[in-house]
Amino acid sequence: MDKTTDDLTTREDLDRQLKMPNAGLSKEDQPLFCDAAPQTVAPYRGIWENFLNWARANSLWILGFGTGCGAIELRPLMTARFDMYRFGVQARPTPRQSCVFVIGGYASTKTIKRVVRSYEQMQGPKFVLGLGSCTINGGMYWDSYNTINRLDHYIPVDQYIAGCMPRPEALLAGIKELKKQILAGDTENTNKYIENLDWYKANQKKIITEWDMPDYNW
Amino acid sequence: MIEKILLKGFYTLISLFVITNYGLLLMGSMARITARVQGRIGQPVWQPYIDIVKNNAKRWSISHGVMFYLGPVFRLAGGLGTYLFIPGILGSVVFANFSFSGDVILVLYFIFFGQLGMALGAGQSGHPYSPVGVSRGLAQMTAFEVPFTLAVIALASQYGTLSITEIAMAQQGGILNWSAFTNPLATIAGLFAFVGMSMHNPFSVVIAPQEIPIGPPTEYQSSMLGMLQTNRAIFNGAKLVLFVNLFYGGANNIFELVIKTFILYFINVFVGVSFPRFRIEQAIRFFLFVPTIIGLAAVLIQYI
Repeated sequence: MDKTTDDLTTREDLDRQLKMPNAGLSKEDQPLFCDAAPQTVAPYRGIWENFLNWARANSLWILGFGTGCGAIELRPLMTARFDMYRFGVQARPTPRQSCVFVIGGYASTKTIKRVVRSYEQMQGPKFVLGLGSCTINGGMYWDSYNTINRLDHYIPVDQYIAGCMPRPEALLAGIKELKKQILAGDTENTNKYIENLDWYKANQKKIITEWDMPDYNW
Repeated sequence: MIEKILLKGFYTLISLFVITNYGLLLMGSMARITARVQGRIGQPVWQPYIDIVKNNAKRWSISHGVMFYLGPVFRLAGGLGTYLFIPGILGSVVFANFSFSGDVILVLYFIFFGQLGMALGAGQSGHPYSPVGVSRGLAQMTAFEVPFTLAVIALASQYGTLSITEIAMAQQGGILNWSAFTNPLATIAGLFAFVGMSMHNPFSVVIAPQEIPIGPPTEYQSSMLGMLQTNRAIFNGAKLVLFVNLFYGGANNIFELVIKTFILYFINVFVGVSFPRFRIEQAIRFFLFVPTIIGLAAVLIQYI
């Protein structure tokens, strides 16, 4: 029997989805995706990790996925006036090769599905910049039925950049703060996400009613 | 005997070290020059090094199977193979590499080999954009190999040899002895192929960053991507050294090599910032028309 949207939102169905990996996928698709939870990897210690953090801080590849209206602010950042390349920041069109995910403003319930999937496909250590008020508290959409209010309930966020919309200068300031954070070694959010995966998944599945994607996009 | 082999191995490592660093610095400096053209400051010259360290420092890495792992390995083998059979500096023991008679045929093969290996690896990733990039890449490659091969045939018949060392040695004794002056048609055909080979504009649609993310290596990440980036530096260097040997009289010392290759690579940047991208069928039509006719003319002139 075909499922309807109503069926998927029942408490039992949600529980079943939380317990069984890839339960949202069809029977044919299930073997195609990973059904094992990702593992945490501890950072090195001392000078070596500091050196690697220096490299990470100076080579930030932004995932080129315009998630909201803030994505518009990324374009002037690349061109002559602000020129993010001089800070080692580059745009990368594939999540596999990127390390910074800029959530450009509001994340609707439709977008958050793609956000989660793209975030999980990135290889760690990966960093998230929440751009604009919408990622902090929903901003002007705080009471909207289809916009999430707090981004860090769904994926871990390293830096929030407040404003509606923040100008490219603010974005550059956020990137500089992120660099400082990476250099200080204070960015173990990839591990945090894996450790608290159940909590994040539960939150995501409460919002994304039609969960028809794999549980582990690693 | 064993000392000789070890010494050769040591020299090869030095040669590889130099070409890798030179390739990386060249990429960094050219990115900066391109930025200047666009009115930007641009990334630091050493940015490619940082990117490679960062990619190798990723803690997580996913795989799509054995062939997926072997893709970058084949690609690196293609880059190394191309470089190691070209004499870097004429008369130098350290940079002589494994050049032998008939090596230009092997080098032609090695230029293709890496791409084919990469195509197999990228195909296993299962990402739909990979095959799109692969088909574009292989189609364009097949097209620019035609004028390049014709140029090589013209040179081989001109100098009566298939050895890169002998072709370069035959051009010694003054600037007018270079193939660029003795055989300008082959040089022009070769240069067209060179611009295509470097995949800068207008032939950059293979990795089209806007339409299909990055092309074949869409799914490659972490140390595999680091390996591909290292190969890019080696392969760039190898192509430049090959062209200097074939058309610009080779290099008798490292300064000559640096100056000649830098100017040669600058052609890419000059063309790249001046022209927009070709679609793939336009690129193929381009290569199979003017450069191929010039290449054919170069070959025919040798036999008249």
